[in-house]
Amino acid sequence: MNTYLPNDDLPKHEPLEPGLISGSRLERVLKAGKFAVTAELNPPDSADPDDVYEAARPLGEVADALNATDASGANCHMSSIGICSLLTRAGYGTVYQISCRDRNRIAIQGDVLGAAAMGVRNVLCLTGDGVGAGDQPGAKPVFDFDSLSLLRTIRTMRDDGVFLSGRKIKTPPRLFLGAAENPCIEPHDWRPIRLGKKIDAGADFIQTNYVFDMPVFENFMRRVRDLGFDKRVFILVGVGPLASAKAARWMRSNVPGIHIPDSVIDRMEKAKKPAEEGKRICIELIQQIRGIEGVSGIHVMAYRREHQVSEIVLESGILKGRAVSDKARL
Amino acid sequence: MYRIRLFSVRHARAFEWIYKRVENMMVLMDPVFAKIGYNRVEKPIALLERGVKGLLFDCQMCGQCVLSSTGMSCPMNCPKQLRNGPCGGVRPGGYCEVKPQMKCVWCQAWEGADRMRENTRIHDVLPPVDRRLQGSSSWLRVSREKAAELRESRNAGKTAVAKAFSEARKIEPATAPLVPEPKNAVDREVRKT
Ligand code: SF4
Ligand code: SF4
Repeated sequence: MNTYLPNDDLPKHEPLEPGLISGSRLERVLKAGKFAVTAELNPPDSADPDDVYEAARPLGEVADALNATDASGANCHMSSIGICSLLTRAGYGTVYQISCRDRNRIAIQGDVLGAAAMGVRNVLCLTGDGVGAGDQPGAKPVFDFDSLSLLRTIRTMRDDGVFLSGRKIKTPPRLFLGAAENPCIEPHDWRPIRLGKKIDAGADFIQTNYVFDMPVFENFMRRVRDLGFDKRVFILVGVGPLASAKAARWMRSNVPGIHIPDSVIDRMEKAKKPAEEGKRICIELIQQIRGIEGVSGIHVMAYRREHQVSEIVLESGILKGRAVSDKARL
Repeated sequence: MYRIRLFSVRHARAFEWIYKRVENMMVLMDPVFAKIGYNRVEKPIALLERGVKGLLFDCQMCGQCVLSSTGMSCPMNCPKQLRNGPCGGVRPGGYCEVKPQMKCVWCQAWEGADRMRENTRIHDVLPPVDRRLQGSSSWLRVSREKAAELRESRNAGKTAVAKAFSEARKIEPATAPLVPEPKNAVDREVRKT
C-alpha cells in the first residue's frame, strides 16, 4: 500500500494551557512545584530500536524525562535525535541534548525543527567536550555556536519564530530550554554568574554535572540564591553511583569536568562492597541535595549502573507522595 | 605570545583604557576613512591591527573583536573558540581541558574582567562569530558601526542576529554588525593577496 498517512502516535501541535512553554511532562512537574527526576540514558552502539527501549526501561519508571546524550565525551553512539524520536513515540518524556562540537548552525537549527516535529519538548544545550577526549580524536571540532549562543538562537526560533538568518518559521518549535552547569569546578567565583548568563540567554532549566562535593555545591547555591537565580530557573542537580574507587579515580582524571573529593574516594576504598557503598553515597547525596533551598530536582547519570537507578531514587524517598509507575510517560 | 598574552590580562585595566582611546580615535577618524574609502583603508589597517593585537593578545583576526567584554583575554585562543566561556571541562588550577599546559582562556577572561572598570560587560551573551569576517579589521568595523547613523539594515540575516543578541549589539557592535560591509572586508581572497 502506498499511502503516506501522518503518524497517529505523534503528539499533535495543539494549543497549550497558559503558563506553559512546551507542555512537556518535565515542565509540568517543575511548574507544579514537585521535585523532578531526570535520568541519562546510555545510548546504544546499535541500529536496533529495541536496544533503545531496553536502555529506557529501567529508568522510565522513576524519571520524568530521559536525557539522550549527543556523543558525550566525544564518543560515537546512536544520535540523540534518533533516540528521542523513538522514545517520544513510545510515550516517554525526553531531553534532546545538543552539543556544539559536531554540527554547525545550519545543521543544528534544522535538527531543532525536526526534533520538535517528532514530539521532542525538552532540549539541553551543551558546548560539548573537546574531540580529543573521545574515540575519534582526529575529527574536526566545529564549535560554530557555544552553549549560550545556541540557547539564544533556539529561544529566538521559539519566541520570535525566525531562524538566525531572519527567515520566518511557519510553526515555531515549542521547547523547554535547558543548559548545563558545573558548580564544583573552577572558576568557582564565576560559575554562579555564568549561570545567570545562561538564564539571560534563554535557559528555563539547568542540569548540573556530577555533584560529589557538598560544601562546594552549597557555596555555589548560596551565591545563586543571593543573586535570585533560583527564582528564575529550575535547577536539577547531577548525581550518580560510583562503581569502585578505581573507577572513580579513572573518571576524575579522564572525563573532562568531573570533580570527586578524596574523602568520597577514601570511603569507596574502605568499603567491603564498593558497589553497595557507591549506591549509599549516592542516596545520601540526593537526600542532602533535596534539603537545599533553590534546588528543583535531580538528574541521575548512572553510566553502566542503570539497574541501580530505580532503587536509588525510591530508597532516597524523594518521590514520596508522587505516584510511581511509568513516570517518564507523557 | 603566551607570556605576553597573560601579561595583557594581568593589566586588563590599563589595556581597557588604552583600547577605549584607540576605539574613540577610530570613531573620530570615520569621516576620514569614509572619504578615502573604507575599502582602500581595509588592507593597511588590518595589517596594522594584526601586528599590534597579534603581539599583545595573540589575536586571530576574527574581525569581531570582543576584548573589552572578555577581560582582554582573546576568546579565539580557546581551543573551542567559545564566545561565552568557560566550558565545563576546566582542569584544577584553572587549566584548559583541551590543552592542559595552557591556562583556560576564559578563566583568564573572568579574572581580567574583574580588574576592569566596566567589569560587567562579560555578563552579556555574545553571538556566534560571523566566519566571513575572518582576517578583516575589527577596528574599522567598530568605527563604521559606532559612527554611522544606524540605518535600518535591509539584510534580514544581520537584523535577526542583532535583535537576538541585542545586549551584545549595544556593547560590542562589531559582533552583530548592521552597516553594509565594504567589499575588501568580506572578500577573503582579495585580502590574502
Ligand atoms: S576577539 Fe577577535 S579581533 Fe579581538 S583579539 Fe581576539 S581574534 Fe583578535
Ligand atoms: S578549558 Fe577554557 S580555554 Fe579550554 S576549551 Fe574550555 S573554555 Fe576554552
